[in-house]
Amino acid sequence: MIGVLQFPGSCDERDAVLACERVDEARLVWHREAELGDLAAVVIPGGFSYGDYLRAGAIARFAPAMEAVREFAAAGRPVLGICNGFQVLCEAGLLPGALLPNAGLRFVCRQVEVEVERTDTAATAACQRGDRLSIPVKHLSGRWFAPPQALAELEESGRIVFRYAAGENPNGSVADVAGMANERGNVVGLMPHPEHAVDPLTGSADGLKLFESLVRSAAPAAV
Amino acid sequence: MKARVLIRPKEGILDPQGKAVERALPALGFDGVSHVRVGRLVELEAEDGADLEALCEKLLANPLIEDYEILSTGSESG
Repeated sequence: MIGVLQFPGSCDERDAVLACERVDEARLVWHREAELGDLAAVVIPGGFSYGDYLRAGAIARFAPAMEAVREFAAAGRPVLGICNGFQVLCEAGLLPGALLPNAGLRFVCRQVEVEVERTDTAATAACQRGDRLSIPVKHLSGRWFAPPQALAELEESGRIVFRYAAGENPNGSVADVAGMANERGNVVGLMPHPEHAVDPLTGSADGLKLFESLVRSAAPAAV
Repeated sequence: MKARVLIRPKEGILDPQGKAVERALPALGFDGVSHVRVGRLVELEAEDGADLEALCEKLLANPLIEDYEILSTGSESG
């Protein structure tokens, strides 16, 4: 069973549940739930949690469900943050860097090509290194940023999991970063929306690989 | 006490809002204006002894990308 968080202002949680249901069972987790029980993995979906007031993700990080996610992540269990979920994970300090308003100041909504650089994370275990995934982005604050020194260290330690393919960077992210992992690789966040790319009907099913990865990375259920 | 917290993008970080405002100015006849940066102002009332620094570090600003300044911690009438 995969849990999909739902904050006031989330808007992609239903698509995320549908995507998860292609690989496992799934249920919504309301932001006030403080226990995640024996969920196999957690997805923090896209949207505008708490209206994105102050900064995208700034307030959601204080939700009871996020405290539970913090413990879940600390136990090494799989967590995937998508778009607003990525912003929340960065604000919570579970992933490095921050997401700034797009360099072009416009809301971008289009299909992009994303390259997979690591296959040993909770969200890429079912990918091949160098896989090129066609996944849509739709965001206003997706410009991932870290100061030069921090970026160099993250590059050095291989923390960048997804990068926009050459010429595809939609928002001005430094080093074309589209998604990151924590040190252990069990927490992954990305701006593109794999849950909107799980059926050829909508142009691409490449996003399914991330959900397959989550299931593969989940520890066997406790007996 | 009343306080104002001024939050702005750190120096060196691209501020597209500031750039857009700056580019619009000459069209309106305002020449010679540069280095426009757009931030946020938060006004609040706090009980004495409240740790405003911690409040800023934890929520009002993201220290990785923003600088903040706590201003005019004036009296009730402030």
